[in-house]
Amino acid sequence: MAAIIQGIGTATALNSTNSLDTNKTLFANSRRSLSDRKGRFFMVRSDGCLSYGLNGHGGRAEKLITNAVAAKEDTAVAYTSSKPGHELLLFEALREGLEEEMDRDPTVCVMGEDVGHYGGSYKVTKGLAPKYGDLRVLDTPIAENSFTGMGIGAAMTGLRPVVEGMNMGFLLLAFNQISNNCGMLHYTSGGQFKIPIVIRGPGGVGRQLGAEHSQRLESYFQSIPGIQMVACSTPYNAKGLMKAAIRSDNPVILFEHVLLYNLKERIPDEEYVLNLEEAEMVRPGEHVTILTYSRMRYHVMQAAKTLVNKGYDPEVIDIRSLKPFDLYTIRNSVKKTHRVLIVEECMRTGGIGASLTAAITENFHDYLDAPIVCLSSQDVPTPYAGTLENWTVVQPPQIVTAVDQLCQ
Amino acid sequence: MALSTNRTVNQLLKPLTAAISATRCLSSDSTSIITVESSLPFTSHKIDPPSRAVETSPNELMTFFKDMAEMRRMEIAADSLYKAKLIRGFCHLYDGQEAVAVGMEAAITKKDCIITAYRDHCIYLARGGGLYESFAELMGRKDGCSKGKGGSMHFYKKESGFYGGHGIVGAQVPLGIGLSFAQKYSKEEHVTFAMYGDGAANQGQLFEGLNMAALWDLPAILVCENNHYGMGTAEWRAAKSPAYYKRGDYVPGLKVDGMDALAVKQACKFAKEHALKNGPIILEMDTYRYHGHSMSDPGSTYRTRDEISGVRQERDPIERIRKLILAHDVATEKELKDIEKEKRKVVDEAIAKAKESPMPDPSDLFTNVYVKGFGVEVFGPDRKEVRATLP
Repeated sequence: MAAIIQGIGTATALNSTNSLDTNKTLFANSRRSLSDRKGRFFMVRSDGCLSYGLNGHGGRAEKLITNAVAAKEDTAVAYTSSKPGHELLLFEALREGLEEEMDRDPTVCVMGEDVGHYGGSYKVTKGLAPKYGDLRVLDTPIAENSFTGMGIGAAMTGLRPVVEGMNMGFLLLAFNQISNNCGMLHYTSGGQFKIPIVIRGPGGVGRQLGAEHSQRLESYFQSIPGIQMVACSTPYNAKGLMKAAIRSDNPVILFEHVLLYNLKERIPDEEYVLNLEEAEMVRPGEHVTILTYSRMRYHVMQAAKTLVNKGYDPEVIDIRSLKPFDLYTIRNSVKKTHRVLIVEECMRTGGIGASLTAAITENFHDYLDAPIVCLSSQDVPTPYAGTLENWTVVQPPQIVTAVDQLCQ
Repeated sequence: MALSTNRTVNQLLKPLTAAISATRCLSSDSTSIITVESSLPFTSHKIDPPSRAVETSPNELMTFFKDMAEMRRMEIAADSLYKAKLIRGFCHLYDGQEAVAVGMEAAITKKDCIITAYRDHCIYLARGGGLYESFAELMGRKDGCSKGKGGSMHFYKKESGFYGGHGIVGAQVPLGIGLSFAQKYSKEEHVTFAMYGDGAANQGQLFEGLNMAALWDLPAILVCENNHYGMGTAEWRAAKSPAYYKRGDYVPGLKVDGMDALAVKQACKFAKEHALKNGPIILEMDTYRYHGHSMSDPGSTYRTRDEISGVRQERDPIERIRKLILAHDVATEKELKDIEKEKRKVVDEAIAKAKESPMPDPSDLFTNVYVKGFGVEVFGPDRKEVRATLP
């Protein structure tokens, strides 16, 4: 990972200990950029070589294309292929991605509760067990701690397991394995072991599922060093992120959402792999940057219709990558609009929005014309009653009101 | 208790050595087979125990002695280094339990995997790790086996199948089950030894892992190093059933005298054959640690000094091998003393070299957090847009 040690003004040598300015430099997110007024900075990559750049590219010959998918919500993905593409639901897209990777690489295997014979509690692994066998699509007993540990142990030897948590909330039982072993083994072994595991499952607030089954685990996992977190929101990015996560040599936690499994979209026939660290530009705009991910993307787009009628031009970005944040895309957007609204489903305290607010304020303070507004769920266990549940989660009218206040 | 039964050990050994006349060997013929009986018969659970007669050779006995002498010296040296504040944090010492490490190593290959908890210094040595790398790691230097970033509890050696080195009690057992899963998946004919202590034997994840291993016939061997104290609590205070080898219920188990390297070797060989054919098996090694749980524990508040010195006199693993070597004329008393002196020298040299070695670079703080390069080549559906492979 590109570890960025910033030397403001004059270059500071890598080995001198005074170059570590702890207030600013120990920043674990990639491609950190500064306003041009601050001048140049040096970027140290994890292999220790120093590279120099203005935008965080480090002088690469191939340009990083950041606007991965600039598509409006209701039109098909923009691509210039001649094949018509095929329509499918999000869980089918996940399955397609998984199946393609399992065909391509024999070390990819799946393990989880009900993934084999039952076909997966959300049908993501349906049909895979008859095709690949019981050992490769493994039905585990209900023992999250140990089967997650088992997946990590298998990953240490070179297999690429995909561990499914039936609901992300159940992975709390495996927190020790995910935090201490999955995240840290590459570091504590001095680089000897890599853990190319994917941990995936549905989370988020569903329809009256109750407090324990409506948890947002991204806020608990976000400070574990060594893991990457991504959240998918459309069939297109679900398939692409699934493939990228499986191919990545780092442990990746892929957050799906219980209510998004039945989204339908037309996706390309050709193979594609998305970038794990990149955000998606959902709707370009001028007035305000709205950062969101997973299910809240749809609430935001619904609010966007109202906002457009009111005369605003919101720029909606689906951040997708929850760890590390794609500060490059966010920087470009904030530089343009100067106002930021974060809409998330995590709780107010310690959620992804809280970290994102801190990251943006720390880095792009000069660009902002107004304080960042973060709309998140309430700090309460999710109630069962439907009306109460709706009040804990951010709703489109609240988004519209927030933009109104922000743009005054 | 283990102590009372082992008073018969010395009585057993003497008549045995006299009886083994046919296989008496000359010290020059180092590949001849010596058959020794293990100190105690194996007790078993749901399986036929292996025979007490263990085949060994003079070479092997000398290797055992040398390796155990080196391990013992290393642990004692680590004790002094800790008190001199060159080793910080936690330091869990293995002296007294060396027989388990060398016996296991004699029965298996480097392709078999071993995973253990935090009392891992000697197992790292047994797997081929170097003294210099060990001490450098303990002192937090760059040349350590984990580049100074792991510490005492995180020794690893991937090329020899040593998977560590884990700080959280019991968490290594599911990892070990995963290693055996990968071995079965890749159809290798190798096994995994997942080691844990009597304290960890009460962890739920152990039984979860055992259930899975038994369900899918994974080649996993769970080794309980029962040194009778889980941290500061005696086993009778912590476990309703201290017969750890029986805890597997449907999984067969074997109880072994863990202070007898040859018995350990026999048991591990037996377990490996069993695991490759029939799935998991539990080995309980009845052993003892002379030091406390870690360097911050004096080790004498929950047990008497008499008990510790009693075990040292009656059951010490190095003494047992020494007696065997002398009884079979494999080497003389002086040669053995010379070996011990040499090991002391080797250990001191490694420490001196490690003390001089450099600390890690500040930039090493950020290395190895992620695998270098997020490593994925990304591309759009038409492959016309060239996307980068991220640094």
